[in-house]
Amino acid sequence: MTSANAVLKTVFPAGAVLAAQLAFVTLAAAQASPPNTTPPVNWHAVVMFIIFVAITLIITYWAARRTKTATDFYAAGRGITGFQNGLAIAGDYMSAASFLGIASLVYFNGFYGLIYSVGWLVGWPVILFLIAERLRNLGKFTYADVASFRLRQGPVRTMAAIGSIVVVIWYLIGQAVGAGQLLHTLVPQISYNVSIVIIGALIIIYVTFGGMKATTWVQIIKAALLLGGATLIALGVLVHSGFSFEKLFSEAVAAHPKHQEIMQSVAPLGAKPNAIESISLGMTLMFGTAGLPHILMRFFTVPDAKAARKSVLYGTCFIGYFYILTFIIGFGAIVLVAGRPEYVVDVTKNVLNLKGGTSMAAVYLSHAIGGDLFLGFISAVAFATILAVVSGLTLAGASALSHDIYANVIMKGKSTEAQEVWVSKLCVIGLGILAVILGILFEKQNVAYIVALTFSVAACANFPILVLAVFWRGLTTRGAVLGGYTGIFGSIILLIIGPTVWTKVLNMGPAIFPYDFPTFVVLPAVLIVAWIASVTDRSAQADKERAAFEAQMVRSETGFGAEAAAAH
Amino acid sequence: MSQLSVSRIENNPKYRELVRARDTLAWTLTVLVLIIYFGFILLVAFAPGFLTQPISATSVVPVGIPVGVGVILASVILTGIYVRRANNTFDPLIREIIQEASK
Repeated sequence: MTSANAVLKTVFPAGAVLAAQLAFVTLAAAQASPPNTTPPVNWHAVVMFIIFVAITLIITYWAARRTKTATDFYAAGRGITGFQNGLAIAGDYMSAASFLGIASLVYFNGFYGLIYSVGWLVGWPVILFLIAERLRNLGKFTYADVASFRLRQGPVRTMAAIGSIVVVIWYLIGQAVGAGQLLHTLVPQISYNVSIVIIGALIIIYVTFGGMKATTWVQIIKAALLLGGATLIALGVLVHSGFSFEKLFSEAVAAHPKHQEIMQSVAPLGAKPNAIESISLGMTLMFGTAGLPHILMRFFTVPDAKAARKSVLYGTCFIGYFYILTFIIGFGAIVLVAGRPEYVVDVTKNVLNLKGGTSMAAVYLSHAIGGDLFLGFISAVAFATILAVVSGLTLAGASALSHDIYANVIMKGKSTEAQEVWVSKLCVIGLGILAVILGILFEKQNVAYIVALTFSVAACANFPILVLAVFWRGLTTRGAVLGGYTGIFGSIILLIIGPTVWTKVLNMGPAIFPYDFPTFVVLPAVLIVAWIASVTDRSAQADKERAAFEAQMVRSETGFGAEAAAAH
Repeated sequence: MSQLSVSRIENNPKYRELVRARDTLAWTLTVLVLIIYFGFILLVAFAPGFLTQPISATSVVPVGIPVGVGVILASVILTGIYVRRANNTFDPLIREIIQEASK
């Protein structure tokens, strides 16, 4: 690792230069721009961005010196405690999309936003009861380790890695586009493209040098900042309404142009409620959470199954608390942001339509409550949020490519740890650059389907195959592979011919498949395909796979033979 | 891990007790979460009027808000119940099983 340390010493000044340039660019742009055309630089936000970046780079430096083996790189040496992992899980999961997105969903639609808050939380108990401990006992670095535990490595890992990569890349696009828009809106002197490049560069530095240790600590700090920031905003709202929810909700009903309707609609305002769509959305959010590769990967960072279990309890508490806060924040924004000329494009036309895009409701609310300083703080928190989520995603994508595809499929387990980590780092750089390019390409695209796509693939491919592999002795390689591909391609095809992509993105007219969320069709199809393909499999290999179930179950239930924590 | 220890664990009645108790708890709680959550979703889908009625004649707050927050709290509580049972009952059992297998 001496060569890596040498590289590190040369790159760290580069990180400092980057931060300095960020400050310089904003300063230069501020001086160069003619008066009254560009808003003043949000110095509070810029200074806090730089402080956050500086702290995380110091942590990365610290983590890099302690990252020597593959276990350090992918799983932080399995030395993260249950409480720390609970915070990191919250930091990995509470994306800017859920912070800004749910707040603005509530801001525009009222009560309807709560359905998302609930759906995004209820996957966690399922992860605890069925997945967390068994995943930790059976796996090494990726969920594909568990899916392929007693099955044929090549085909099952390839399928599982494709499922992971599809989720990771589309999730990355969504995060990159959101990040570019957010940073550009908050500090207009930095262009959209420069914003994305800054984020891409930071991610590559965190993950290639600091691996899972740096990623974990970035997520822990971000989670603490986000929970603190959201608590302060919600407190501000409650102070305004004298801690009376009745008063808060009545003021919101009075301020919102749709008045009482915001309490009476279970669909987006203006849309017709559809029973099947609601059920399918519910399934997608719940089971999708339990199939996200960057979330599942977090369970390999703790020393044992007990810590994995504890971390879900802490994570669930933090995430549940946070989603209740976002709901209060959304209603607070209706009261304190809607109709205020400093936040709204044109008060005479539409009192809800916000400057800088629909996701700004929570950010403007922080300004309404605490002025420029608090706005700067919340902006920096939103930025930290994106960096933490994107780091986790990039590491999960790189581990699927290097640990599953390179080390176990191509090299058939014959590569050394050092080679595997080296390939991982190349994949991190590749994914970082890809995220920047896709973020720039997708700037003006409608990316509304991304949540549906990533959560559908996770809910229909990753989740059911994982549960079947762990609990059903009858699952064979043929069943896992055919079932998994049914989930991946079934979701993608039905999304393409569904209303969001077919009608709104491709402009092809009425959708062939009339629902936005295909899970209610695809998930049962996956279970049926996996079952039929497994029970009809009479090969000798299939018999061996069924016979290997007992030994797998002993390890899965007791942790006997599970990967131990690193000794150092 | 040796084949011998695996079969020793499998034949240990404590192991069978562990698997039975934990699987029963895990699947019971899973079904409970599914019932609570899909109960909420089915109300959204088929009886939205129930969720959107005000909690009292003088209030603007719809029934759906306490119900939704209740689903979130129930998820957290069930998670806590599982962790408590696992810490108190399953962990000591697992320790004994592993000790007896590596004798």
